[in-house]
Amino acid sequence: MNFKKQKHYPGEIHPNTLETYDEMFKRLKKNKKGAFVPFIVAGDPDFETSIQIVKTLLESGADALEIGFAFSDPVADGPTIQESDLRALDSGMNTQKSFEFIKRIREFTSIPIGLLVYYNLIYKKGVDEFYKEAKKCGVTSILSADLPPEEAEEALQAAEKYNINQIFLVAQTTQKNRLDKICQMASGFIYLVSVMGVTGARKEVQNSTVDLIKRIRNHSDLPVMVGFGISKSSHVKDVIQAGAQGAIVGSAIIELISKNLDKPELMLQEIKKETSKMKEATLIEVI
Amino acid sequence: MIESGKFGKYGGIFAPELLIPALEELESAFLKYKDDKKFNQELDYYLKEFAGRPTNLYLAKNLSQKMGCRIYLKREDMLHTGAHKINNTLGQGLLAKYMGKKRLIAETGAGQHGIATAAVGALFGMPTDVYMGMEDVKRQRLNVFRMEISGAKVIPVETGSKTLKDAINQSMRDWMTNVQDTHYLIGSTMGFHPYPTMVKHFQTVIGKETKNQILEKEKKLPDVIIACVGGGSNAIGIFSEFIQDSEVELIGVEGGGHGIDSGNHGATLCAGSEGVLHGSLSYVLQDTDGQICEAHSVSAGLDYPGVGPEHAYLHTKRRARYVNVTDSEALRGFQLLSRYEGIMPALESAHAVAYMEKYAQKPENKGKTIVVNLSGRGDKDMFLAASILGVEV
Repeated sequence: MNFKKQKHYPGEIHPNTLETYDEMFKRLKKNKKGAFVPFIVAGDPDFETSIQIVKTLLESGADALEIGFAFSDPVADGPTIQESDLRALDSGMNTQKSFEFIKRIREFTSIPIGLLVYYNLIYKKGVDEFYKEAKKCGVTSILSADLPPEEAEEALQAAEKYNINQIFLVAQTTQKNRLDKICQMASGFIYLVSVMGVTGARKEVQNSTVDLIKRIRNHSDLPVMVGFGISKSSHVKDVIQAGAQGAIVGSAIIELISKNLDKPELMLQEIKKETSKMKEATLIEVI
Repeated sequence: MIESGKFGKYGGIFAPELLIPALEELESAFLKYKDDKKFNQELDYYLKEFAGRPTNLYLAKNLSQKMGCRIYLKREDMLHTGAHKINNTLGQGLLAKYMGKKRLIAETGAGQHGIATAAVGALFGMPTDVYMGMEDVKRQRLNVFRMEISGAKVIPVETGSKTLKDAINQSMRDWMTNVQDTHYLIGSTMGFHPYPTMVKHFQTVIGKETKNQILEKEKKLPDVIIACVGGGSNAIGIFSEFIQDSEVELIGVEGGGHGIDSGNHGATLCAGSEGVLHGSLSYVLQDTDGQICEAHSVSAGLDYPGVGPEHAYLHTKRRARYVNVTDSEALRGFQLLSRYEGIMPALESAHAVAYMEKYAQKPENKGKTIVVNLSGRGDKDMFLAASILGVEV
């Protein structure tokens, strides 16, 4: 675990020691494991509980974190994450506090931190300014669910300037030419949308997801992480066995938050139990 | 995508990746059929025989006399289902049919666009689901029934503010899930490309007719055109044919709600700022971080925190001027037109009427030829108007 790095820098981690996605994937490959990447919304249900949740996720063995900045109109998200956004906003979260949240996390971990931000929050702050601030806080990557390559020029410039990975989504509907283009623009990893639709828990991983993982593997050397609808340890196992380098899990964790709003202790216990199982499922079995 | 969908810097395609292939498919179908003879013959047939086009450009004699101007009303309120919305739903519904789509979805605020979509769904035999905020479902029981009797399923939206913007969010989510066989029939000139361009195209029929009619009646172009602006489809429809005619003043009237200073309004261009909402860069009502604010207007059609990107372009280019009138001024417009002309406007259109009165009262505007786009009729608003006026019905 990279908790070791923390001991050298109590209080704050030196930016040079932050792990890149590259380093993370190499480390995992050596151990014959895939990445387990939990997603939560910063400040849901409130700032301090949310910090405790992050600590719990790290204890469970999270390899990287995806942190959402709460937005009033998250069109690419299902009801679970939308409610999470609204709870965070109700608890007083805003862009500045979300950045403070990242800074706090950086006090105790050096693993990659990706942001999931709807583009209006970036646009309103000013694209350059947003990426600059993100870099200052120790952000590794930024993904905007409503920013396809067509509109991403300014974001890509800022990402390059501040050495942040710009992450793009690829879906089952993404055709070959477009896939090539996205693979060229992206860095860090390719975020594969495993379902037709929005984020949210699903019963099983679709066969088409498995096909798409293989399709991307033929197009690019970039690692593939699968998200949207990955809600059980068996899903994590399925996508990693299918050749993905990692799984991103959001709604399943956030459901445990929603369910236990008045029982924070139980909330953390259940998250620990569920996410530990997911991390265990990242072990690559040689068949 | 073939085109960028930009109006100056506004517009664009701020869409989740899942939707891009569907938007590409839609753009290419739209570009293919918009000038296709057979498609247009069929559309013209439905516009005439089903919707009741052309609509009259009516000289409002009593009001003209009272105000000392020549005031014309473009009677979109006479259309089937009660508003200009049917121009667009017929166009997109037919396009969806040509594309082989099996199902329609739509968002609706008060229900006018939902009703127009339900009618087209019934006409073309396509199952239709309409997303409507729970708050609006409660306020507009009658319109829910009108949609349901036409065979549409009305799905109440319980998330967020439970109004139009959440109905749009939910429609987008449905489309992302069912994109292969479903057409999302957006009701205004908003959203990601190609919607703003496509909806405008289907609404330009208003402007084309108006131009021919005014030239025939007055032998000259009007001095000013006044239209209400929510998302902005009726306004862009009538403005479009006159944008090149720089001598024609174009005025868009937004919902001023309780007044700009109250913070409770839908006046996006008058009081909002640049932002990305529902797929395009335009003006939005937002806080300093970019969180979207809730809009307010007595008229549900103007109760939206965004506005079509081409209006943002016309606004910043100063080709059109955007103003706002309050709820109570709009109600006065509603009474004025009913009382003087025997025509009850929709509360949306009443905003345009109310501003027309303000405009005509200015001494420098005496004698001018004014066209007001009467985008919808007031039947749907009678209970609301009565309750505001303190009348029990």
